This record gives sequence, C-alpha cells and structure tokens, in this order.
Amino acid sequence: MSENHEIAVEIGGLPILLRTQDGSFRDMLADRYAGFVGSPSRPRFEFDVDLVAPSEPPQSESENDLRVELQNGTWRLQRGDFNAHWNPEAGRGRVRQSPNPYSIDSVLRIVHTLILAKEGGFLLHAASVVRNGRAFLFSGVSGAGKTTISRLAPPDVTLLTDEISYVRRASGVYRACGTPFAGELHRVGENCSAPLGALFFLTKASENRIDSIDPPQAMHLLLRNILFFAEDAELVKMLFGSACDFVENVPVRRLNFTPDSRVWELIQ
Amino acid sequence: MSDRYIARSSAIAARMLGGEMMIMSSVDSTFYTLNEVATVIWQAADGRTPLSEIVSALVSQFEVEPEVALRDAQQFVDDLSPHGILLVSDHPIADSSPRSAETA
Repeated sequence: MSENHEIAVEIGGLPILLRTQDGSFRDMLADRYAGFVGSPSRPRFEFDVDLVAPSEPPQSESENDLRVELQNGTWRLQRGDFNAHWNPEAGRGRVRQSPNPYSIDSVLRIVHTLILAKEGGFLLHAASVVRNGRAFLFSGVSGAGKTTISRLAPPDVTLLTDEISYVRRASGVYRACGTPFAGELHRVGENCSAPLGALFFLTKASENRIDSIDPPQAMHLLLRNILFFAEDAELVKMLFGSACDFVENVPVRRLNFTPDSRVWELIQ
Repeated sequence: MSDRYIARSSAIAARMLGGEMMIMSSVDSTFYTLNEVATVIWQAADGRTPLSEIVSALVSQFEVEPEVALRDAQQFVDDLSPHGILLVSDHPIADSSPRSAETA
C-alpha cells in the first residue's frame, strides 16, 4: 500500500488538509504555500488528491469551462484540468488532476468562495495590505494597478496579497486575511489579518486623489470584482446580501493615482 | 383592454441601499439599480395589484400625466420581464416563482 503524504494549507484561519500519495507533489505544495502551512492534526476539511497523467489540451473552449454545482449535498467542481467533489457536511472531498500546482490552487480558491459565501465574506480581485493595524483593499480589473500599488508600498506596509484578497466577516467586523494567491509580483502574502479600513477601486490618473463613490456605484464595482463560480441561486442571494452589508459598513472609495510612492501618503 | 398583474420573482435578491433599490437575479447574477419611479412600481408588484392601479399611484405620487406614468410602467415591465425577475400575467399571481406566470 502506498504511503500518504499530507499537508494542511491554512488560509483565512481555515486549515484544509490535502492528502496525496506522491511525496514530490506534497513538497511542491509545501513550497508554493510556504507561510500558509498549518498543523495537519486539526483540519476543517480534507481532500484526497489523485494524480493522473497530464491530459491533452482541451479541444474546445467549452471543455475548459468551469462548472461548480451542488448535487445532493456534494459540490461538483469540473474544469478541463481537474475534476473534484466536496461534501461540506462530511468534511471530505477528492480532487483528480495532473501533478501541477495550478489545478489545486483553483480548487482551493473555489472551496474558499463557497465557505465564505455562507459566512458573509468573499474573495475579491484586489491587492490588500495592512498599515497601522488596519487593512486596505485595492481592487480593479487586470491593468488597474493592483501590482503597481503593491510594488510602491513603503516598508511599514505588510502585503497580504497583490491579486486575490480574502474578506471575512466575524462578529460584525470585516477583516482582510493574507493569501498565497499571488499575481504579477510573484510574492506570497503575509499570513496575517487586520480589520478593514477601506476598499479602494483603482484608477490611474495624473494626480493622487480619493473620491467618494455612491452606494449603487460601489455595488456595481464590488460585484464585478468578487470571485464566485457556483451555479447556485441561494448562494448568489447570500453573496448579494454580503455585498450590500459590506457597502453599508466599509468605506468604499475611488483612488485615483499616479504610479509613484506619494500615493501612499493618502493611505494611512 | 384587460388589466395586467406584475409580481416580483422569488428568484431575485433586492435591497434598498443609499436610497436606491438594487436587484440581482439569482439565476444569471445580472444586477440592476432602479430609479425612484421604478422602485415604486417594483415595491407595488405584489401580483395582486392591477398595473392600472400602480399607474394611478405613480400619477398622484410624482404628479405626472397618466400617459407618461403608463409609458414608464410599461417600459419597466418590458425591460425586466424578459429576464424573469418580474412576472406578468392577465390574472392575479399567487406564486412568484419564475415559472408560475407568463413572463411576457
């Protein structure tokens, strides 16, 4: 019988155990998620990862489409490069993929979006940092400046992520948590969290300025940047409620910025 | 001409935020923001109140001509009903699940 190799990846304080029979794959995960590896003794969920030989690239776009559906209490996650199922009640799941880090990374992101949706939180296309004990999110589509503003951060700023931000709500307080989901900086965030100070939507401009955004506009921008993949009406309703709550409770602003470090004088 | 009835679908989430009504379809995640007139129509769309009565309410509340209110209401219905988030019927609508009424 083959030996099992385990690793617990802990993001947002939530340990997920990954079990594989391939020691080198486990080592690759340990390297990729360095700083986010927790104790495997108390996982909240467990996944067996079955590694298979890489398949041919998908013949059509539709083969590569992601599907996330709930069937009889079990989530089915399917994309061209992986096939997974996860039963939240049982706390167990299984992933079938080739030995690459990107598929399991996608599965982890999807699982976290499903967990967060029930708890009033979400994953957001945003860089996030901690400064003076408060977290700040910088959101926008690709090219909006998430990596740029992260790169310009002064030394007293702790980077949580330059790509995918993790927003949790606990006891009515929003916190941003570090994630290992890196963007163009290729730098894993710090595994820490802080209460949210503000969410900024980035716009490149000729001067550094913060503008207010009215709630409908804030909702439009927020919903556009939340990561959510499930085809599930109840969860969509929950996510809408979470976005409304967020806009009502967290300052949402537009940050017009020029690509130099003076913009950080506005972020205190 | 017989009256029509409109009802909010149960397959939506809605919230008043910053003085504006926001609606999202839980079927395809499309998102709408309603203006003041549309919000009044939306809130009155209970499946029992005839559209003509809703139009009368618009006339008195916004002091507009009846034909203007009727045009606004019809435009609202025409815009939202194809997406299944507003149900339309020639009869009162008891159940607001998306398949319970003709979605004109």
